[in-house]
Amino acid sequence: MNFTLKIWRQKGAKDSGQFVTYPIKDISSDSSFLEMIDILNNQLVEKGEEPIAFDHDCREGICGMCSMYINGHPHGPENLITTCQLHMRSFKDGDSITIEPWRSSAFPVIKDLVVDRSAFDRIIQAGGYVSVNTGNAQDANNIPIPKTDADKAFDAATCIGCGACVAACKNASAMLFTSAKVSQLALLPQGQVEAKARVENMVAQMDKEGFGACTNTGACSAECPKGISIENIARMNREFIKAKLSSENV
Amino acid sequence: MSSKLNSNIPKGDLRDKWSQYKSEIALVNPANKRHIDIIVIGTGLAGGAAAASFGEMGYSVKAFCFQDSPRRAHSIAAQGGINAAKNYQNDGDSVYRLFYDTIKGGDYRSREANVHRLAEVSRNIIDQCVAQGVPFAREYGGYLDNRSFGGVQVKRTFYAKGQTGQQLLLGAYSALSRQINAGTVKMYHRHEMMDVVLMDDTTDAKRGKVARGVIARNLITGEIERHSAHAVVLASGGYGNVFFLSTNAMGSNVTASWKAYKKGAFMANPCYTQIHPTCLPRSGDHQAKLTLMSESLRNDGRVWVPKKKEDAIAIQQGKKTALDIPDADRDFYLERRYPAFGNLVPRDVASRAAKERCDAGYGVNGTGEAVYLDFKYAIERMGAKAVESKYGNLFQMYEKIAAEDPYKMPMKIYPAVHYTMGGTWVDYNLMTTIPGLFATGECNFSDHGANRLGASALMQGLADGYFVIPYTIGGYLSKDIRTGSIPTDTPEFDEAEKTIKERINFFLSNKGSKSVDYFHRKLGNIMWEECGMARNEKGLTQAIEDIKKIRADFWKEVLVPGKADEYNPELDKALRVADFLELGELMCRDALNRNESCGGHFREEYQTEEGEALRDDENFAYVAAWEFKGVDNKPELHKEELVYDNVEMKQRSYK
Repeated sequence: MNFTLKIWRQKGAKDSGQFVTYPIKDISSDSSFLEMIDILNNQLVEKGEEPIAFDHDCREGICGMCSMYINGHPHGPENLITTCQLHMRSFKDGDSITIEPWRSSAFPVIKDLVVDRSAFDRIIQAGGYVSVNTGNAQDANNIPIPKTDADKAFDAATCIGCGACVAACKNASAMLFTSAKVSQLALLPQGQVEAKARVENMVAQMDKEGFGACTNTGACSAECPKGISIENIARMNREFIKAKLSSENV
Repeated sequence: MSSKLNSNIPKGDLRDKWSQYKSEIALVNPANKRHIDIIVIGTGLAGGAAAASFGEMGYSVKAFCFQDSPRRAHSIAAQGGINAAKNYQNDGDSVYRLFYDTIKGGDYRSREANVHRLAEVSRNIIDQCVAQGVPFAREYGGYLDNRSFGGVQVKRTFYAKGQTGQQLLLGAYSALSRQINAGTVKMYHRHEMMDVVLMDDTTDAKRGKVARGVIARNLITGEIERHSAHAVVLASGGYGNVFFLSTNAMGSNVTASWKAYKKGAFMANPCYTQIHPTCLPRSGDHQAKLTLMSESLRNDGRVWVPKKKEDAIAIQQGKKTALDIPDADRDFYLERRYPAFGNLVPRDVASRAAKERCDAGYGVNGTGEAVYLDFKYAIERMGAKAVESKYGNLFQMYEKIAAEDPYKMPMKIYPAVHYTMGGTWVDYNLMTTIPGLFATGECNFSDHGANRLGASALMQGLADGYFVIPYTIGGYLSKDIRTGSIPTDTPEFDEAEKTIKERINFFLSNKGSKSVDYFHRKLGNIMWEECGMARNEKGLTQAIEDIKKIRADFWKEVLVPGKADEYNPELDKALRVADFLELGELMCRDALNRNESCGGHFREEYQTEEGEALRDDENFAYVAAWEFKGVDNKPELHKEELVYDNVEMKQRSYK
């Protein structure tokens, strides 16, 4: 298969970027999207040009590192997959493909398609945990947890922290990401002790990082490669109101 | 035992060793811990858990990972589960049974004392993770669910659908995040360790040269940084990417442990590689990595190839499909050869059996390198819905990659490099042959012998990180309470920094004609052909020469674009592949030295009449620990004899 790739090139955070067009030929339809970029990069290297910088690691859709905005969609046209799981058979021979980095001021570009997502780490650091020191735990079966709650907590916990939700949102809101962690811990008995402080601190950090507000458009959930439900945002809003009604942080 | 190797296994009864030792180990008091620095390299299960636990204890910790966040370490990709001797299923499990299964599964090439400790603390891991909010699978009564894995006859595997590694890693990541917030851990993401720095011990001359810090490279700015500490803990994972194609993440590399090797930390059993039986077959030359399908699929899927050669040929030519082969003409070769364990034999056995059938010409795709994993029978037995609820996400993943519906057409699978049992040699305290340098998780060699059982990697990573090293490191650091902070303006740091800067400058000014990947692929091909599922003397001898040639070519012809002071992933790769090119040779030397077959190491010259691995306990019941003697010199072999006081060494049988 042959394609015309229009790829965002940007030297560094402070430089201005532009689209550069690269034709690429003889790509197998079984090749993955990132393997196609590998092939292009090898051609560029052997011509002495700089390859396209992009984030990737596990290449099986779980580490959350890959992050390409392809033809107007985070992770490309297919649903419920990451960029590394996208294959060229999802495109037509001769297609023009536009590739951009995540666009959000809270995720500054490092180079080309690579952005800085450390804001997500700082949101988790603000409260996305249960404060239990190693060795403090009681027997794992001492507290039975209803299967439906455990399953819902698991569904929220499958967030891979890739940032597609932010990239998809017109406001660059991080509500889906933040609410997935808040929800997971809100649904489990272990999370109750710190529930109030957690949601207050995580939301405050999210705002501080410069993510936008949520207007319930739902693009985040629709584009999420793990199908994290927007129900989590509703649950976080409830947790937040509950916490604020009795908050000591006034 | 070699005079340079002391495993420091405590005396006493196997069952009491660890608890006895723990209660006697020297401690560092809380006021002193604040003034003691520990560096942790890697933030997967072992590193993340260790860094978080050190922080909780009050040490001053610096943690490093090359990814953009500690949450992305490759532990995240583990699918199936984590073992623990909880006996929640009331099916006769116990610490001893988990210990025994692990020793047997490792083909009697691991240390009794380490493995027993692993089995003991396995139970605490599950408690700890549940307390952190890890959402394990549960039954309707609200209690934890279990499933079975290869090589065992009890149900002791805890799981979170097909994402157990992710959930456990996010648990460790959350504990780590809490410590970062508390200020006890300083996190350096997008940083790669370039070298370990040794210095004379100023407080205890007997210890000689000890690990006192690392040189790290900031992957965004290219800056070379000096970081000092009283101890350095490697948790940098395995080296499966020496094969180019593996199930490891693209960035997984050997550099941290290889640099330690070159500074004097011995490398143990580097040839012990796990080839996982259920991966997606290769599809073409464009391929950059291989994808694993969880071993849990073998609970209900049946593995087969056609009985008749003409059927196999027709399938290879695309004239027939699996559906054209009637049951009577299907060879369920695992059930045929191993009736007691059937499709749930350990990974090494299942992989070799697949290779044996494919080498005999019965492979089921165009390349002839694939076998079927069929769910038709499970669907008939329990219905498509039940199969979907158990394996839905895995089936979906398969369909995305292979573009075939596994509910209708059997999956095609083939073995691929997955895990490395070998690694940096450590004693009972997880300390390497360099005092003050520790190794945990996949990057050490200690617990899995010559073959790791499924769901045991997560167990070992978390055991080391949460429950072993937080205790054992205290014994070492208790002698450092008067040392004070370690300076970085020393000749040792100068020298290490200079060496790494010279290497970087070399790469960027070499202007050869071939990309780094070109050499990496070539190395990978040799490793797969000669040091993969089956090895022999002739092939290994040749491979050593061939690798030397590729290495020489690499230093002549490699082309790395860009600059040193910018984000430059090609340079990152070049630095890693340079180390793989040396490691590959050592793996072949180790495989050549081991004139026996055991676990994942199968030497064609040493097999039973039925084609099973033939161990030589008289001559090879030892850990082969290699000492670096220069890149172009032969390494020196040190032997740690393995003593089995509590289990009888038998030929491993799953028949």
